[in-house]
Amino acid sequence: MIEFRSVRKTFADANGKETVALHGLDLRIEPGQVHCLIGTSGCGKTTSLRLVNRLEEPTSGQVLVDGEDVREVDVIALRRRIGYVIQSGGLFPHLTIAKNVGVLCDLEGHAAKDVEQRVHALLELVNLAPSKFAGRYPKELSGGQRQRVGIARALALDPKYLLMDEPFGALDPLTRGELLSELQSLFSNLGKTVLLVTHDLNEAFALGQRVSVMHEGHLIQTGSRQDLMLNPATEFVANFVKTAHGGAN
Amino acid sequence: MRALLASCVLVASLVSQDTIRIGAKRFTESAVLAELMAQTIEAHTDLLVEVKTGLGGTMICWSALTTGELDIYAEYTGTGWATILGQTDKLTDPLRTFFEVRRRFRDEHDAHWLEPFGLNNTYALAMRESTAEELGVRRISDLVRHQRDLQVGFGNEFGSRIDGYLGLKAAYGLKFSNLTTVDHALAYEAIESGSIDLMDVYSTDGKLLRFELRVLQDDRQFFPPYNAAPVVRGATLRKHPEIETALAKLAFRVSDLDAQALNYIVDAEGISPADAATAFLEIEGLIDGVSTSAVAARRAFTRFRKAPPAPGSAVASRPGFWKLLSTQYGRVWKLLLQHVGLTLAAVLFAILVAVPAGIAIVSRRRLRRWLLGFAGLLQTIPSLALLAFLIPLIGLNARNAIVVLFLYALLPILRNTFTGISGVAPDLIDAARGMGMRPREVLWRVQLPLAMPTIMAGIRTAAVIGVGVATLAAYIGAGGLGGLIFDGISLLDTNLILLGAIPAAALAVTTDMLLGRLELKLRSPGVS
Repeated sequence: MIEFRSVRKTFADANGKETVALHGLDLRIEPGQVHCLIGTSGCGKTTSLRLVNRLEEPTSGQVLVDGEDVREVDVIALRRRIGYVIQSGGLFPHLTIAKNVGVLCDLEGHAAKDVEQRVHALLELVNLAPSKFAGRYPKELSGGQRQRVGIARALALDPKYLLMDEPFGALDPLTRGELLSELQSLFSNLGKTVLLVTHDLNEAFALGQRVSVMHEGHLIQTGSRQDLMLNPATEFVANFVKTAHGGAN
Repeated sequence: MRALLASCVLVASLVSQDTIRIGAKRFTESAVLAELMAQTIEAHTDLLVEVKTGLGGTMICWSALTTGELDIYAEYTGTGWATILGQTDKLTDPLRTFFEVRRRFRDEHDAHWLEPFGLNNTYALAMRESTAEELGVRRISDLVRHQRDLQVGFGNEFGSRIDGYLGLKAAYGLKFSNLTTVDHALAYEAIESGSIDLMDVYSTDGKLLRFELRVLQDDRQFFPPYNAAPVVRGATLRKHPEIETALAKLAFRVSDLDAQALNYIVDAEGISPADAATAFLEIEGLIDGVSTSAVAARRAFTRFRKAPPAPGSAVASRPGFWKLLSTQYGRVWKLLLQHVGLTLAAVLFAILVAVPAGIAIVSRRRLRRWLLGFAGLLQTIPSLALLAFLIPLIGLNARNAIVVLFLYALLPILRNTFTGISGVAPDLIDAARGMGMRPREVLWRVQLPLAMPTIMAGIRTAAVIGVGVATLAAYIGAGGLGGLIFDGISLLDTNLILLGAIPAAALAVTTDMLLGRLELKLRSPGVS
């Protein structure tokens, strides 16, 4: 379980002026749940995500993973328990696909043979033929393929949690739809606890069992697709939900 | 057993013997005087002598003497007065000058001028004979009429010395409209080819005889006397007073004409300064015996003294490039290896320091400004000045040159490491950290491999600069190919210049190419 307790986060810009990214966020992501954070840019959704694997630290309040404050556990061990996927994959251009996927297993000191097996299994999981892709470099892949590699890499150590930051952000609509449906089945098969950030309501509704709408550092409403469509908490949510096409009916 | 014991004693006595280091500036007369002193000391004392020729100039020799890197070198009274003591008062009487200089050096610097050799190698101005005749110039004051039209080329030192052009202007009311600075040795060729009309010369220069030049009369007696004499470090002289006794044998034995003859046979006939000195000492009866190696030198010297060659007479033909290469390839190879050694050592040290420093300054802004500023500042110090600064700290040796090359190599490597590391896309660093890499792992697995091409480019720049700057190592006696180039320049021997310059250029090109290949090899195929 991931839990935010009254998390406030402020940033100081170069002139020392403070801006508030989060005004006291309270949120629970239940085990095995796919939870989407949605909102316009600058609403604090990416900051929330980065607080979970401690790429940012709260100004006040607590972020708990498995009931432990992330600031009180070993940050490297914490991050290796949490898979991390960013926009356009974040693949290392100087490493082959196999090395990219296997890099964490390497660092964990797994035997070369085990790493190879694991990499093959992961590539198959994301529908990339290992024989064809293992030896290639990221620049030789399409955007969609790169994003699949990014997902395979995040799953390398079989983490309990997955954090995904705009995983479809850089993809064309066709590729995006394809990957979306693959992710749906992947999530239902693997049973990971997933926190996914997007600005696209259709993606959020397609993937998330629960969706949290954020605006200017405030969490406006959390609920299922139905809740949000039928009982929008505010005018903002109502307007935001309307932008989803192919909605309830 | 006995033989072993005997050889042990011999070795022990060799080790306990002191070695006297004699220096010479980078011109023929200084080298010949150094050899004269060295051979005289060796013949008349038990001391061992080491000669370091080709040192970069007055300040390099002088600072080496004051710091104990040298024990003796030959200096000129006028230079001691104006350049080292920094005096601007005019002195005209040779003896008064000598005694005044000797007193001040002894009192202020504990450096001792022994009795002079006799020769006075003063500055003078010279014109091409034909032009001088045409314009009717005999005396320096005649130049005032032509100061707007003449093309003037003065050597670096002369142009900026109080006892050179700076004082000459005031003394004669001269101000040349077209004045350029040329290397002193090259000025001879420039004046012969007509690209300059007037130059500064040294009165005992052997080269004077090879060109049809008219030496102008110093009718206002502006130039001070430049009597040459051995200058000895006080500590050395107190420990080995026998040096003074030995060198007294040379007092007033080398006349202006002798000096010019010795300079001429070295410059024009390819005789080594050591052989020229041996021949002179044997002829003068200052050392015993007739050595076979100096036969040619004896013959040349005697011929000169009977009848000095007329100005403009043909120079003994110099060996061509290939002939020179075939006789000197052993030396060229040795110097090339020294050159490579100097550059390689310096660049390796620079990598060891500048790469970690370049990484460290990525996240430390204040340190970055400070370090990049410092390395940039080092780059602006002229390399010769840097070599001279380091003599008191390190001495006249390869280490000094390596330190200078190292300092120059720092900036390109430091800057490129910083640029390379900080140029890695932030989202890659973010992905690496977010997935649980330790800072060390992010550095080694992500930042360094991606910054590698930029870092390598910096190393390449540093190495190529290093190969170039290493030619200056010769100025402090640290070896390298520069020695051939500078000797070639001072002897006006193009082939000798090429013998040093071609390998140096080839080395630079090869270094650049090899490092380029290495970079391609190290670069991941995934990074285009």
